[in-house]
Amino acid sequence: MHQTIKKCYISVNVQKVDFDINSEIKKIKSNKIIGGIVNFTGIVRNSGGEKEELVSLELEHYPGMTEKAIMLICEDAQKRWNLNFIRVIHRVGRLFAGDNIVLVLTASAHRKEAFKSAEFIMDFLKSRAPIWKKEHYRTHSSWVQSKEEDELILNDW
Amino acid sequence: MKILYFSWLREKIGVPFEEVEVRSETVGDLIKELINQDHKYELAFEDIKSIRVAVDQKIIQDFNVSIKNAREVAFFPPMTGG
Repeated sequence: MHQTIKKCYISVNVQKVDFDINSEIKKIKSNKIIGGIVNFTGIVRNSGGEKEELVSLELEHYPGMTEKAIMLICEDAQKRWNLNFIRVIHRVGRLFAGDNIVLVLTASAHRKEAFKSAEFIMDFLKSRAPIWKKEHYRTHSSWVQSKEEDELILNDW
Repeated sequence: MKILYFSWLREKIGVPFEEVEVRSETVGDLIKELINQDHKYELAFEDIKSIRVAVDQKIIQDFNVSIKNAREVAFFPPMTGG
């Protein structure tokens, strides 16, 4: 899903397959008006707060709604900051420790807008993208609980 | 109407979605209608504060929202994306 609003190109994908950070950055860099790109890559941690080693992380989502919800977050970011590119890729399905989960790239003429907007998008992805994580351990599985602070932090924006 | 369930709600109810003929006109009434149908809904909706709702793929805060013309209603716990 992609669109251009006021010279800001926004592109969102929800996918099972991995993404290549360098090729995503390269695509944005081919445009000469930008002064900086902020890259946030979320990675599956070996242990999600439990002592046991994580076997896998399962990401369930709401097909049809997820991309739209992420696009809404990006549109909101575009309204707040002067951006030239927003690229979000969120993976779903079964992932393993060290795997990429999410990519947020924001590009702007100036660094501060790129930094701020990338943080904003990540904060909202946490509790506004219809995605649910389940951690699988050798002996048991458990759904990741949402954190109250993740919800409260949205009030700061 | 299509009703969808995600995460542990899906596990408690046992299906990812179901097509249901509903009489309810609001989200709150729909929850009550489901609870009256089967004990599994009562268990799933027990902790109502931890239930989030989307009507036609838009998240709603107020359970009094009308579902009269809705095609789908989804129930799920707080999201854990990112």
